[in-house]
Amino acid sequence: MSDVGTYLYAVALDEDAAPAEGLTGVAGEPVRAIAHAGLVAYVSAVPLSEFGEEPLRQSLEDMDWLGETARAHHRVVEAVAAKAPTAPVRLVTVYNDEAQIRALLERRRDDFVRLLSRVAGRREWGVKVYVAPSAPPPAAAEPAAHSSPGTAYLKKRQASLHTREEAWRQGVERAERIHDVLSSVAVAGHRHRPQDPQLSGREEWMVLNGAYLVDEGRAEEFGRVVEGLRGEGIDVELTGPWAPYSFTTPVDTKESEDRDARS
Amino acid sequence: MPDPDTRGAVLAREGRLPAERVALVDLLDRLLAGGVVVSGDLVLSIADIDLVRISLRALIMSVRESDTIVGTQRHGPDG
Repeated sequence: MSDVGTYLYAVALDEDAAPAEGLTGVAGEPVRAIAHAGLVAYVSAVPLSEFGEEPLRQSLEDMDWLGETARAHHRVVEAVAAKAPTAPVRLVTVYNDEAQIRALLERRRDDFVRLLSRVAGRREWGVKVYVAPSAPPPAAAEPAAHSSPGTAYLKKRQASLHTREEAWRQGVERAERIHDVLSSVAVAGHRHRPQDPQLSGREEWMVLNGAYLVDEGRAEEFGRVVEGLRGEGIDVELTGPWAPYSFTTPVDTKESEDRDARS
Repeated sequence: MPDPDTRGAVLAREGRLPAERVALVDLLDRLLAGGVVVSGDLVLSIADIDLVRISLRALIMSVRESDTIVGTQRHGPDG
């Protein structure tokens, strides 16, 4: 058995594909283009001592390794997507050899062509919406002056909990509306799982972690709509444009789970 | 009161992590939950859920280790 695998980054149409020359992939290896069945697959060699199934279980726990690999994968996808409609492939997709990749291009040719025509002339934008965990408590919740200190404390505590729950509920509702508005400007929308505050790096609650596939001609309009969403107690972050990572999978149960997920 | 000049304090004030780390989180959202999934003939095929769980744990640990000042001041919806 060979100790070298073939790492697959992305697939594009052969007719307008970007050259692979000069691109460096994961593990520092040069990227090659495999043209077959009217498609081009972008690949590079990877040592199975690092990218085999067992070593990967360890590697994925290593933040530096994961970050480096993700960025190397992303660099290749970005370079290819800058030149032509591109279907990015899931992180760490490794084959035994090139023959298997040719077989894949042949077997799933129609799927890839359909997908590439769907993302052509469009870009993915990310929109994250945060709400403040608790607004100042309403005046009615202030304890009356003659209450005992214990009662005052309990009332205040209850009011605070109530305010937090209310803020969360309102935030979730707002996220639903915002997602609908953004989806109406976009060709398609997808909700990723909201990021944990420890990952987002913000104290506010992330109530929406959306991705939107937008026509290049409507990018400015989309940006203006996003700007218009900012308001009191609500913050909005726009990222992108991204290669169409979030729009390469068909709508299925997995997507519904993501939509329902609460961090 | 943290030293106002430490990196952690600055991050805490701004309520965010360095741009490169935030971008990595957004990137991992896409690379671990998006992209074309192919099957058959693979050397490797990891269940999506497992991969996400593993990587997020690594990410959380990494954030905690390098930004403890920020980490201790942060609360989730249940906090």
